[in-house]
Amino acid sequence: MSGRETVSGNRALMMEEPLIFEIGAPGRCGVDLPDPAARPDRLGGLRRKGTIGLPGLSEPQVVRHYTRLSQKNYAIDAGIYPLGSCTMKHNPRLNETMARLPGFAELHPMQPDSTVQGALALMDALVRWIETLTGMPAVALSPAAGAHGELCGTMTIRAALEARGDARKVVLVPDSAHGTNPATAAMCGYSVEPIPSNARGRVDLAALRTRLGPDVAAFMLTNPSTCGLFEDEILEQAAAVHEAGAFFYCDGANFNAIAGRVRPGDLGIDVMHLNLHKTFSTPHGGGGPGSGPIALAEPLAPFAPLPWLVHGPDGFRLAERAEGEAAQTIGRLKAFHGQFGVFVRALAYMMSHGGDGIRQASEDAVLAANYVRAALQDVMSLSYPGPCMHEMLFDEQFLKGSGVSTLDFAKAMIDEGIHPMTIYFPLVVHGAFLIEPTESESKPSLDRFIALMRALVERAKAGDAAWFHEAPRHAPRRRLDETAAARHPVLRWHPAAE
Amino acid sequence: MSELRYTSDHEWIRVDGDVATVGISAFAQEQLGDVVFVELPDIGKKLAKGAEAATVESVKAASEVYAPVGGEVVEVNGALVDDPALVNGDPTGEGWFIKLRLSNPSELDGLMDEAGYKAFVAARG
Amino acid sequence: MRYLGLNDADRRAMLAAIGVDTIDDLYRDVPAAATLAAPVDLPPHRGEMEVSRTLASLAARNLPASAAPCFLGAGAYRHYVPAAVDYLIQRGEFLTSYTPYQPEISQGTLQALFEFQTQVALITGMEIASASHYDGATACAEAVLMARRLTKRTGAVVSGGLHPHYRQVIATNLRFLDGAPAGPDPVPDAAEDIADRIDDNTACVVVQNPDVFGRLHDLAPLAAACHAAGALLVVAVTEPLSLGLVESPGAMGADIVAAEGQSLGNGLNFGGPYLGLFATREKFVRQMPGRIAGETRDVDGRRGWVLTLSAREQHIRREKATSNICTNSGLCALAFTIHLALLGEDGFRRLAAINHAAAVRLADWLSGIRGVTIVNDTFFNEFAVRLPRPAAPVVDALAARGILGGVPGSRLFPDHPELADVLLVAATETASEADVESFVTALAAELEP
Repeated sequence: MSGRETVSGNRALMMEEPLIFEIGAPGRCGVDLPDPAARPDRLGGLRRKGTIGLPGLSEPQVVRHYTRLSQKNYAIDAGIYPLGSCTMKHNPRLNETMARLPGFAELHPMQPDSTVQGALALMDALVRWIETLTGMPAVALSPAAGAHGELCGTMTIRAALEARGDARKVVLVPDSAHGTNPATAAMCGYSVEPIPSNARGRVDLAALRTRLGPDVAAFMLTNPSTCGLFEDEILEQAAAVHEAGAFFYCDGANFNAIAGRVRPGDLGIDVMHLNLHKTFSTPHGGGGPGSGPIALAEPLAPFAPLPWLVHGPDGFRLAERAEGEAAQTIGRLKAFHGQFGVFVRALAYMMSHGGDGIRQASEDAVLAANYVRAALQDVMSLSYPGPCMHEMLFDEQFLKGSGVSTLDFAKAMIDEGIHPMTIYFPLVVHGAFLIEPTESESKPSLDRFIALMRALVERAKAGDAAWFHEAPRHAPRRRLDETAAARHPVLRWHPAAE
Repeated sequence: MSELRYTSDHEWIRVDGDVATVGISAFAQEQLGDVVFVELPDIGKKLAKGAEAATVESVKAASEVYAPVGGEVVEVNGALVDDPALVNGDPTGEGWFIKLRLSNPSELDGLMDEAGYKAFVAARG
Repeated sequence: MRYLGLNDADRRAMLAAIGVDTIDDLYRDVPAAATLAAPVDLPPHRGEMEVSRTLASLAARNLPASAAPCFLGAGAYRHYVPAAVDYLIQRGEFLTSYTPYQPEISQGTLQALFEFQTQVALITGMEIASASHYDGATACAEAVLMARRLTKRTGAVVSGGLHPHYRQVIATNLRFLDGAPAGPDPVPDAAEDIADRIDDNTACVVVQNPDVFGRLHDLAPLAAACHAAGALLVVAVTEPLSLGLVESPGAMGADIVAAEGQSLGNGLNFGGPYLGLFATREKFVRQMPGRIAGETRDVDGRRGWVLTLSAREQHIRREKATSNICTNSGLCALAFTIHLALLGEDGFRRLAAINHAAAVRLADWLSGIRGVTIVNDTFFNEFAVRLPRPAAPVVDALAARGILGGVPGSRLFPDHPELADVLLVAATETASEADVESFVTALAAELEP
C-alpha cells in the first residue's frame, strides 16, 4: 500500500462519503417553503416537543451525497450481473417514462372508479397477458413481491381445502427450495417436509409419491428448479399430487426460461406466482419494490385476494368486499390494489417484446446459459450433467485442495469488475455457484465473462490461494466484518457520544 | 463419567452426578462459523430427549440445539450472551450452553463416545 | 428486438459451440405435450413510439390528482416531491442494482439504508428501524405477528380507528394461525375505550395516530395499560408527515411503529409501490422482520455497512423465520430518504405546519356550508365531516365536475351504513386557495336541497 495513499483517503472518483448526519448543519434546508399561515391549531395539545434530530442540507449537498453513494454500487447498467434465480436483465428506460406519465403516477388509489378507467384497463390488460402466458384462467395482481405472492397462493390452497371440509396439515417442498417456500408454509399454519432430489438434480418422484397422502395440502415446486433444471417428470408429479387430493403450487421465479414456450397451466399447476421484477424487467432498485401477482386454476380462483378487478356494463370496477362472486375470497393482503407503478413497467415490457419477443427472450436466456455452461464445464464442476435452462449450477468440487472457497472466488470476481453469481444457494450442493446470464448480454459480453472465469479457475488451481483470500482489493470497501456487525449490532447513527 | 458423549446432531453432554452439561461440538461450531448470538432456555424448563433446548446463530446460519437426554434446566451459561465467541473458542469447555438435571439417565446409553463421534463425522464426508 | 443481446449469427455460433442443432434441443426436458407448438396468442413486438402511444391513451382516460383540486387521503397523500429526488433515484447505480448481497460493491445502497433507518427511528421516536417493508398495512400485520412471538400470546386488540385495509390485512394474515384480531367498530364522533379489552392473552393493542378519521390521541395512558398487562402497543401511522408536528409514538410509549412512508419521496401511483416503515425497541431487534443494515469495518479498518442479523430471515431460518419476506421496498426507501434529507429538521417541521394550516383553513371553510359538520376536535391534515346525505354520490358528482373531493365513508367502511354520510377529506401543501374555493363552492352547490 506504499506510495498510493492519498491525503484525504479518497481515491479519485471513489470518495469517502460521510453520513448525512455528519454533513448536515442547523438552519440549512434543501427546499424553500413559505411560512405556514398563523392559525390556531387543532392539535389538542399533542404538538411534538423537542428536536427530532434530522440534519439540514442544501440541495447541492444532497445531490452530491447521493451521487457519490451511487458511484459505489455495481448495477446492471454497469455490467453483467449473473445472479442465479434473480434474472438481472436490462431495465428498459421506456418503462420508466411510461410509469411517470401523470395519468398513471398521479392517481390516488381511492379516487372514484369513473376517474380511473384507464388505470383499471391497464390492470386488466396485464391480467390478460399473464393469463395467456401462464395458460391459467384467473390472476390476482395485489401481492407486493414474490414471497407475498407465495403467501397469497398458499392461503388460497388452505381456504379451498377448508371449504371442501378437508383440512390438511403438511406442505411438501423439494430440498432445493428457496427459503421463502417453507417460511411461507409456516405462516399459513402448515408444517413443512422436504422431498429429496435424485442424482439428476430433480425431485425424486418415487419419494414424492410415497409421501403424498391425505394429510398433504400441497406440493410447492420451483420449475425450472433452483438448480436451473426443468422438472421433466412434472406431469407425473402433478398427477400424483392431484390424485392425493392436494394442490400443486409453482414458484415462478425462474419463469424466464420458459415464458412463451411453456404454459404452467398445461403442466398441471394450480397456482403460481410471478416476479414482475425478474421475468418482466421491472427494476430491482437496490432491493425492491417488486410485484408478485399470482395466476390461479379454476378450483382456486374463487379464493383470490381482494380487490377483484371486475368488468361490468359501466366499465371496470374494483370489488373490495367479500360478497357475490368474491364471497369466498381469502381477504385483503395489502392496502389498496397492488404495485400499480410496477404494473405499468411490466406491461410496457410485455408490449415492447410481444408474444414473439417474450419467446425469443426465453430462448436466448437458455441459449446464453448453455453457452456459458459448455465453455466452463471442463474447468468447473457442473453439479448435474446435461443441458440447463436459463441458469447453471456449479459446486466447489473443482476448488478442492486449492485452499480457495466459493466465497474467495466470488470476491476475486469483484476486483475484475463483475458482480459475482449467486453463491451458497441452493443448499443441495456444497459451495454452490448459480450463474444466470440472461438474454440481455451480448455475445462479446458472454465471451469476456467466460474468459475471466477460466482465468480465475486457472489461478485458483495453480495454488495462488493467498491472492484470493485478499480479494477484493479494489472495491470501495474490502471484506467487511459481518461477525462484528451481528455480535454488536449498530443499526443507526447516534449523535455525539458514539 | 466425566468424558463427553455425543449425539448425531452434534451436541455433547458431560455428566457429573445427576446433573449434565450440554454444548455443541467443535465440528458443529466450525460448520456454523463465527457464532453471533445464542438463545438460552429459562431455568426450570423441562425438556424431553430431543426437544429444542437452545438456538445458536452465526452470520450465515442458525441451528437448534437439542437436549441429548431429558431433564430440567438448572443453569444456563450467561457468559454466552455477552461473548458468543466462547462457543467457537472453547466449544467443549467455556462454551457450554445449559446444565440439566437428568430425568432418565438410561437415555445416555444410546449416545456416541469420543471415538464413535469422530468416526461418525468422518463418514459424513 | 432492441432489448435482446444476441443476433441470429450469434445464436448460430452459440448453438454450434454447445454442440446442438436447434434451441429445441436445449428444451428436451420439457414434455412434448406441454410445449407450445404455435406462438402464444399475443400481439407481436412493438417499437417505443407505438407502445408509448398505446399506454398514453390509457393514461389519458384517467383524472390525475395533479389536474384537479384533490382532497383525498385515507392512507395515501398527495405531496410535492422536489425535482432532485426523481433524478437521483433514476441513476442507474440505484435503479438497476440489487439487494446488497456483496457489500463491497453495494456501499451506496447500504449507506443509504443505514441513513434511512436512522431517519425512521428519529421521526417515530423509536430506538431502531428496519430497511423497509412492502407498505404500511403489511408492516402493521408483521408487527402483530412480532408481538405474538415476543409475548407468546395470540390475542390482538385492534382499534376502530385503524385504517380498514390495515385491519383486514391483519385479519388475513392471522386467518390460519390461532387467534383472530378483535376490537370495537369505527365510531368517528365518540372517543374509544380500548384499554378495557386487554386481557392476559393480549399480545398487542393496535391503534393508529392520526387515526383513520384524522383524530389525534394521547397514547401514553394506553401504553401504560398495555405494559401493565404484559402486552405491547403497536402504533400505525399512515401520514408520516404528521410526525413533523404531532407527538411521536415513541414518546408516547409505543413498542412497535408500523407506518406508511408514501408521503415522502413517493407519488400516489394508484396505490403502489409504497413503503412500509417499521421501528421498535432495541431489545426486540432479533424478532424484528425484514432486512436491516448495520455498521462495521472492513479489513483495512474503514467504516462500512452490511446487511446484518440475517439469521432471522427466510433464506437461513426457513420455516422458523421471523417472516417470509425477501425484498424490501429499496427504491421507494431511497426516495423517502432523499426527500427527508432535502427537508431536514426545519423543512420537515415547516412542511408539517403548512399541511396543518391548510387543513384548518379547509375545515373553517367547510363548516360554513349548511348541513356540513366537522366531526373532529383534533386533526393533522385530514378530518371527517358528516354530510346531510350519503357521501358517495356527492363524491361522484364532484368527480364529474373535475374535483376529487374526499373519500366517502361507504368506500372505506361498506359494512357500516351508519358511516355512509361521512366524508374523509385531506388538505396538504398542494391544495391552493383556488382549489379550496372550487371544492367548497362545488360541494355547497351539490348539497343545495
